[in-house]
Amino acid sequence: MANNNLTNKQPIPTLTAADFQPVDINQRESEAIKRESLSAWRDTWERLRSNKVAMGALIALFVIVLASLIGPVISHWVHGYNYKSNDLLATNQKPSGTHWFGTDDLGRDMFVRTWMGARISLTIGLAAALIDLLIGVIYGGIMGYFGGRVDTVMNKFSEILYAIPYLLVTILLLVVFKPSLGTIILALTITGWINMSWIVRGEILKLKSREYVLASRSMGAGTGRLLFRHLLPNASGPIIVTLTLSVPSAIFAESFLSFLGLGVQAPISSLGSMVENALTGWMYYPWRMLFPAVLISLIMLAFTLLGDGLRDALDPSLKNK
Amino acid sequence: MGAQLGKNLIEVEGLKKYFNVGKGKVLKAVDNLNFYIREGETLGMVGESGCGKSTAGRTILRLYEPTAGSVRFNGTDIYKLSPSKMKAMRRDMQMIFQDPYASLNPRFTVSDIIGEALDIHNMAGSRGERKKRIEELLDLVGLNTDHATRYPHEFSGGQRQRIGIARALAVNPKFIICDEPISALDVSIQAQVVNLLQELQERLGLTYLFIAHDLSMVKHISDRVAVMYLGKMVELAESEELYRNPIHPYTKSLLSAIPVPDPEVESQRKRILMTAEGGGPIRSADDDSEQPTLVEVSPGHWVATPY
Repeated sequence: MANNNLTNKQPIPTLTAADFQPVDINQRESEAIKRESLSAWRDTWERLRSNKVAMGALIALFVIVLASLIGPVISHWVHGYNYKSNDLLATNQKPSGTHWFGTDDLGRDMFVRTWMGARISLTIGLAAALIDLLIGVIYGGIMGYFGGRVDTVMNKFSEILYAIPYLLVTILLLVVFKPSLGTIILALTITGWINMSWIVRGEILKLKSREYVLASRSMGAGTGRLLFRHLLPNASGPIIVTLTLSVPSAIFAESFLSFLGLGVQAPISSLGSMVENALTGWMYYPWRMLFPAVLISLIMLAFTLLGDGLRDALDPSLKNK
Repeated sequence: MGAQLGKNLIEVEGLKKYFNVGKGKVLKAVDNLNFYIREGETLGMVGESGCGKSTAGRTILRLYEPTAGSVRFNGTDIYKLSPSKMKAMRRDMQMIFQDPYASLNPRFTVSDIIGEALDIHNMAGSRGERKKRIEELLDLVGLNTDHATRYPHEFSGGQRQRIGIARALAVNPKFIICDEPISALDVSIQAQVVNLLQELQERLGLTYLFIAHDLSMVKHISDRVAVMYLGKMVELAESEELYRNPIHPYTKSLLSAIPVPDPEVESQRKRILMTAEGGGPIRSADDDSEQPTLVEVSPGHWVATPY
C-alpha cells in the first residue's frame, strides 16, 4: 500500500519562503468560546426535555393538576353539581352525558368527587414532601456540616425514630387526633423527613471537603455563605430527586390511610376513600372504583417517572449520553 | 531569582498538626515545623505523597486548627486572632489549589468565582467597580474578559488554574501558598502557569510557599527548598546548595529519583534507596520519642539530626 502511494504520488511542488506567511492569531482571540453559555439549570432542563418519558410524565402531571383545579368548576357550571350534592333518585348511575364518571351509592357525581379527591391527594403529597424537605435539609445540613459529635448524636436520634414502625405511629396519631388534612400531613411527616435528612447529610459530608469549599473558607467565608452558596446548591440534584420521589409515597400513604378509614372524613372525598367506598359493589358498579384507582396509579407513576428522568438529567456523569 | 529579599514575612515555629485516628493513636501529619519565609521569596516544599506538605500549607493558612505551635505573619501570631481579625488577615494570605477541576464551584460563573472574595470583604463599592476589577484580574492572568460569564466546565485545565490564580489575587494578598498548582496539568501547560506565577511575583511583589513533588520545577522556581519526610522537615537550604550538596539520606534518595534528559547519563543513574526507618507517622498519642533537631551544617543549610 505504502509503495503504491509513493510511486503514484505527484511530484511535490517546491516551496519557497515566500509561500509562508505568519498567521497572526491573537492568543486571547483563539481562546474565545463560541458555544452558548449554559448554566447548570439550563443544562439540566435541556437534558430533561430530550427525555420523552419524563416529559410525558411532566405533561400528564400538568394535565392532572389542571383538571383537579378546573374539573369541579366545569361540572358545577354545566350541571350544578358539587362534591356533596346528592340525588337519591340517581344512585350508582353509569357514566353518561349528565354524569361523566357516573354516580356513587348516594347519587353524588363521580366526576366532581374524583377531581376533588385528586386535589386532596396532591395537596397532601406536595405538602408532606415540602415539609420533609424543610426539616430534612435543616437537620441533615446541620449533621453534615458540623460533623463529629453533633453528627453522631443527631444521627442516632433519627435512627431511633426510624426504627419505630411508621404505620403504627401514623395510625396511633390518627386515632388520638381527629383525622383531618392537617393531622394526616403531620402523621406522614413525623418520620418522613428522616430519609431526606440522610440524603442531605451524605451530600454535605461529601461536598464539604471539596477544594472550592476550602477556597471559599480561605477567603474568609462564613457558615451561611458556605451552606447556601456552595454546599446546598451543589447538593440540589439528589435533593430534588428525593423530593420528587417522596411525593408519590406520601400520596400512596394517604390513599392507604383513607382506604382504612383513617383519612379525610366524609363528605370530603379522597381517592383512597372513594376506592374503599366502591369496594362493596365493585362487581356491579366497576366505574366507581375504576376512575379513582386509575387516577391514583397515574399520579404515582407520573411522579416516579419524572423523578427518574430528573435523576438522569441532574447527574453530570450521564451527560451527552 | 535574586529578587530583593526583605524581612521575614512568615515565621513558623514548632507547628504541629495531629489527627486522631482512634484507639489512642494519632497521625502526626505535621510534626514540629520551624522555618521562615522572607518577603518576596519563594520557599519550595518537597516530599513524597502523604508526607504532610498540603496539611502544613492548610494549617499555616489556619484552614485547620493547629495542635501546637505558632505562625507569625508580619509579627502577628495568626492563631491568636479573633474570628473577625482572622477574616481581615485572610486578605493577606491566599491559596492556589492543586486540582483545577475540584477547586472551582461548578455552579458559579467565572465572575462569581473571582468576585466571591470581593463580596466577602466588601471590596467592590458598586456593580460596575466589581466588574471592572474582575476584568482587570482576568486580564492579569491572561484570560479573555468575555470569559467572565462562563462556567468552569467550559475551560481547559490550564485556563481553570488561571481562574484559580485570579481568584487568589482578587484580595491583593502578600503571601500565596501554591499547593501543587501544576501537578494536575499537562507538561506544556505547566511551564505557562509557572511562568505566570513568576511574572506575577515580580509585578506584585508576592511571597510564595510553593508545595510540589516535581523536584526540577521546584528548583527552577524556588530560592530555598525545604524537604519534608513523614511530617518532619529533614533538610532546608538554598536551592542550588541543596541540589548540589544534599546531606540527609532522604534528600539524597529523593534527588536520585530525578530523571535526566540524557539517555547515556540516565542509563547510569542509580536510585539511592533509603534504608527502612523506624515507624510511620501514626504513633500513640503520648509517644514523643524521636524529635530530631535541625543543625546548621553550613550557612543557611539546615539538616535534621540524628538521621
